[in-house]
Amino acid sequence: MRHIISILLENEPGALSRVVGLFSQRNFNIETLNVAPTEDASLSRLTVTTNGDERIIEQITKHLNKLIDVVKLVDLTEGAHIERELMLVKLKAVAGAREEIKRTVDIFRAQIVDVTPSAYTVQITGDASKLDGFLQAIGPASVLEVVRSGVSGISRGEKTLSL
Amino acid sequence: MELLSGADMIARFLKDEGVEYIYGYPGGAALHIYDALFRQEAVKHILVRHEQAATHMADGYARATGKPGVVLVTSGPGATNAVTGIATAYMDSIPMVVLCGQVASHLIGEDAFQETDIIGVTRPIVKHSFSIRHPSDIPTVLKKAFYIAASGRPGPVVVDIPKDMTAPTERYEYVYPKKVKIRSYNPAFRGHGGQIKKAIELILEARRPVVFAGGGVITGEASDALTDLAKRLGLPVITSLMGIGAYPQNDRQCLGWPGMHGSFEANQAMHHADLIFCVGARFDDRVTNNVAKFCPTAKIIHIDIDPSSISKTVPTDVPIVGAAASVLNEMLGLLGDREKDVTTREQQLAPWWERIDAWRASRAGRLYEPAAQGELLKPQQVVEAVHRATQGDAFVATDVGQHQMFAAQYYKFNKPHRFITSGGLGTMGFGLPAAMGVKLNFPEEQVVLFTGESSFQMMMQELSTCRQFGIAVKIVNLNNQSLGMVRQWQDLNYKARHAQSYMESLPDFHKLFEAYGFKAITVTRAEELEGALDEAFRDTNEMVFLDIHVDPREHVYPMQVPLGAMNDMLLSKTERT
Ligand SMILES: Cc1ncc(C[n+]2csc(CCOP(=O)(O)OP(=O)(O)O)c2C)c(N)n1
Ligand SMILES: [Mg+2]
Repeated sequence: MRHIISILLENEPGALSRVVGLFSQRNFNIETLNVAPTEDASLSRLTVTTNGDERIIEQITKHLNKLIDVVKLVDLTEGAHIERELMLVKLKAVAGAREEIKRTVDIFRAQIVDVTPSAYTVQITGDASKLDGFLQAIGPASVLEVVRSGVSGISRGEKTLSL
Repeated sequence: MELLSGADMIARFLKDEGVEYIYGYPGGAALHIYDALFRQEAVKHILVRHEQAATHMADGYARATGKPGVVLVTSGPGATNAVTGIATAYMDSIPMVVLCGQVASHLIGEDAFQETDIIGVTRPIVKHSFSIRHPSDIPTVLKKAFYIAASGRPGPVVVDIPKDMTAPTERYEYVYPKKVKIRSYNPAFRGHGGQIKKAIELILEARRPVVFAGGGVITGEASDALTDLAKRLGLPVITSLMGIGAYPQNDRQCLGWPGMHGSFEANQAMHHADLIFCVGARFDDRVTNNVAKFCPTAKIIHIDIDPSSISKTVPTDVPIVGAAASVLNEMLGLLGDREKDVTTREQQLAPWWERIDAWRASRAGRLYEPAAQGELLKPQQVVEAVHRATQGDAFVATDVGQHQMFAAQYYKFNKPHRFITSGGLGTMGFGLPAAMGVKLNFPEEQVVLFTGESSFQMMMQELSTCRQFGIAVKIVNLNNQSLGMVRQWQDLNYKARHAQSYMESLPDFHKLFEAYGFKAITVTRAEELEGALDEAFRDTNEMVFLDIHVDPREHVYPMQVPLGAMNDMLLSKTERT
């Protein structure tokens, strides 16, 4: 099953490489990875999506917790949560295809953020399956470039992952 | 207020931390530190002849005392030479602090002379690592390094120290930090009360229980509590290879160690158990054999300070995360109210003990055929003779191979911290420096090294260190003139095609030891053994090399059958369970 693990990490040099190294060292899989600073300058927030059965996910969270630089973590998929990913897509847009793309962009509530006579750059946010759906609807023939941010997530309600 | 350079802070911190010996080797990036060590007396530096030996010496010391061993090496090749020793300590959860010189900060990343990203190289084999970024951070970082290395599940910690951090001209305030807090590191201590109660119920109900005690009992200083508990309840005790000595082996309740070359009765008892009460062991592949066939009728209670060890390879029924001594003492306290249940245990367990005693009896006296007069000795009988000659009370280090297994099988340990072996990584070359680390810190004790002629040659340059510092180890070389363990596998799996497992051109060990000013005794026939041992063990402080020629055809048995259950064993070249 797919899991979204959200981690508060010490903002120290080398901390990220310990997390990434752990996944390759123990043969765990990383599907997406997203890291950025938080409101607290001493901490980064890291979100990993990974796949595995219950035993593997338990091992992943235990080993992550063992890393000294990991301050706290939560498996967001264990409770209600919001998942978002940002995707930028450059699309071939000529002649009749321009209108067709615009319609699809509207349906997916995406935005065209850059235009040239032959290309659109589209920005779209949502959960991973929405992004997949958009690409499918557009069709591979028009896609010139895809950039995805990897998943970010937060739990619903009052629960927080903080110090 | 005291102003010290980074290098002086390191020397001073080590003193304030109570470190008596450090093991190391100098080089450019570490020279400021070496100069600081030169100008003080509290911390004594042992100059090894290869950095790997420094890590094994520190490791041997740590295993014997439970305290972190300290290593100092220079950048680049100095640091990379230490890698095998760091990995060895990591696999066996041994506390160690490795201080590595590094090129000056402004050179990092430029492929400077002797620059290696040692933090990167060692990342998968350390508990944690630090880079010093300002000299004034040195006391706190070192304190954190010692704290992390020794607490929780111990392990090696690397501290990378760029040369400019130790410059003699830059001085900063030094205060010894008595304590540090690390917000993201809070090792478990007390176990969960409800789980502990559940465990007690299971133990009192079980009809075929075994205790399985690992290295965590030794590191966690929980041998007494474990022994008390096992005695009160009359439980059979199996220790892992790393747990040898956690429970006295001369006691009737001790069944030895399990696994690939474990005792017949330990493997049988574990396989047929209805409860495995595991404390501080990790069910690794050398113990479980095929996990799909592992102990089909057993429930598992697992106490471990490291949650990631629990249910890693085999699922656990009652996990308890906590320090072994704390949890076991809490259990002992709770048993106080259960006098009635406790006293009926003996009767309830009688049928189980009958089976165990039958397994034991069926193998007794049939493990190997001792050599007769005039014949080559059997390695097993040499270990038994050394056990007698040292009253079973020596510190025993080993290298890796058949001799290691024979030492573990035939030397009987009654105390923790006495059996010093590389279990997890299986590092040939570990033995001599590890034994040296023990002897240096226990000068009055008898320290024996069981080695093989091949393992020994991996670290024999350290004889020079022994000479310099007067370190006297009794080296028992079980000389089978081959990579015995490799040869055994080739006999069993490759139709006896002995690819590269024969050690040709062995040195003349007499001349070799003489060159260092040490004594060597050669034993080629069975009847020479007792006299040689008398001579070798007469003076605790004399270095002696016993070159004992043993039968190269001997195999280590029992040996678990690959992919089988715990109790699927070869018992000799012709018998199988
Ligand atoms: C550094 C290292 N290299 C290779 C091995 C693989 N290995 C395990 S046992 C062994 C043979 C050891 O020979 P020896 O020290 O003579 O011991 P014996 O088995 O003959 O008693 C080898 C090569 C190892 N464990 N460590
Ligand atoms: Mg050999």
